[in-house]
Amino acid sequence: MAARRRLEGKAKSASEKLTDVEDAVRRVHDGDHVAVGGILFSRTPMALIRGMLRQRRRGLTLTRNLTCYEAELFMVAGGVERIVTAWMGIGLPWGVSKIMRHYVESGKVVMEEWSHLALGLRFRAGAMGVPFLPSLTMLGSDLMAVSGMKTLEDPYTGATLAAVPALFPDVAILHVHRADRFGNCQIDGYPHMDADIARAATTVLVTAEEIVPEEETRRHPDRTVIPGFAVDALVHVPFGSFPHECYRLYEADVEHFDEYARGVETRGPEGVAAYLERYVYAPPTFADYLDLFGGERLARQRQRARELTR
Amino acid sequence: MSPLFNTQELLAVSASRELRDDTTVFAGVGVPLLAAALARQRHAPRLTMVIEGGIIGPEIAAGKLPISTNEMRAAYRATMLPAITDAFLFAQRGFVDVGFMGGAQIDQYGNINTTVIGEYARPKVRLPGTGGANDIASLCREVIIVTAHEKRRFVPRVDFITSPAWLAGDGSRARAGLLFGGVSRVVTTLGILGFDPATKRMRIESTHPGVTVQTIRENTGFELLEAPEVRVTDPPSISELTMLRALDPERRFLG
Repeated sequence: MAARRRLEGKAKSASEKLTDVEDAVRRVHDGDHVAVGGILFSRTPMALIRGMLRQRRRGLTLTRNLTCYEAELFMVAGGVERIVTAWMGIGLPWGVSKIMRHYVESGKVVMEEWSHLALGLRFRAGAMGVPFLPSLTMLGSDLMAVSGMKTLEDPYTGATLAAVPALFPDVAILHVHRADRFGNCQIDGYPHMDADIARAATTVLVTAEEIVPEEETRRHPDRTVIPGFAVDALVHVPFGSFPHECYRLYEADVEHFDEYARGVETRGPEGVAAYLERYVYAPPTFADYLDLFGGERLARQRQRARELTR
Repeated sequence: MSPLFNTQELLAVSASRELRDDTTVFAGVGVPLLAAALARQRHAPRLTMVIEGGIIGPEIAAGKLPISTNEMRAAYRATMLPAITDAFLFAQRGFVDVGFMGGAQIDQYGNINTTVIGEYARPKVRLPGTGGANDIASLCREVIIVTAHEKRRFVPRVDFITSPAWLAGDGSRARAGLLFGGVSRVVTTLGILGFDPATKRMRIESTHPGVTVQTIRENTGFELLEAPEVRVTDPPSISELTMLRALDPERRFLG
């Protein structure tokens, strides 16, 4: 009910939403529950993450179904208290995250685990505005107890069901392929969970690869997955997920992940601190940040994405 | 003469043979996905892969194996890209025949732990977590686990049940609300294991070429039952190995 009241009390304007990253992330407050769009190293809202780190937010809860090293950046920066996720790491070749182990095993950061579907249904229940959704997942596992998931008796058959509680994040941060200046958003390729996350959250911040004229939205309204009235701030950021991937536009730069992982391997959290300095704090704008990779590398990743999606 | 192969190749080939034509498989990244791609190329052309990133019916390009279930390589030439939640809901609805997954720690009832070594609140080792494994284990019609066979992985009781199989046997899976599904097979680097129909305890069903029942027992941390007839796995054929190697020329998952 509180989540509904928050949304009812908020302006749902069809006005212009365009701004810059700095202004957009001012809407994130210390202690907020922030849901991060995309998944693992796909369509991660990297520009907004950089912005939040640069403004030194503290005490955040970060929720993301498959959590990549962006959460490690917040851990080392001292910005996060709780990670809500189904899985955390970069991917099989990089093994178990040493940073995650360091912070979670020492109790500095809490890692709250739900199954991938259960967390997806938490966003969907939030998006639907209902307190929970029945499901058959997670039953019988030890995840039930540690997540606090409750069961429910099917009123029709008496069977046992999981009652997956709705999640209403304070803020959603998302990266999409295109939006018009009013915040009507379209996504190409796999949708992940962004549409549900946008509906479940109170405040929605979006970066887009491309800002298109309103006419373009009206020509293809069937492609719009997030309506403008749900969006609070919109920023035009080409390559806004980089070095993570954006479907059809650029492939993930796994060589960069290797470089990051080497820093962790040799220096632990200090390696991450050095990474933060070089890639987050030092370059003032996202364009300066992209310059660290260089145009040739961006073009190469663009070419690879084309080959995989043609 | 049978060709030479390594244990990862034997694992992938043995796993691929478990998949039937005209079925659907929810495949995890790594050897399960590689084995599913091999099955589709070789003996199951009408097998449809479902991948947790929200991908249905991909073709997986040779030499471009994905390292994550959520990337363009996993979606190559897919027939549908649903939202992730909806991809899993296909399994909850009953559309997915086989869940095909790996496992860090596994017990005699087939339960898998990928969450924590030690206590959850104060872990000795915090593992990455379930990802979609819990959902696959809960919701597919049948689950096949593909894993290296090591004593430290095959333990009497897992520290934490991340992905439920038969729980504690004796109908406990159904009592928890999971009225269908469960693990049918565990394909390992040493052999193929199944479950005793009555007790749901793990049993040896097949030994890989050159492996004895004794070797499997020595590499397992609990007492294994035996199927009435323990078979010997056919060694990988030249055609299986050729196709498999072509899929992973960089030896990303084949070692």
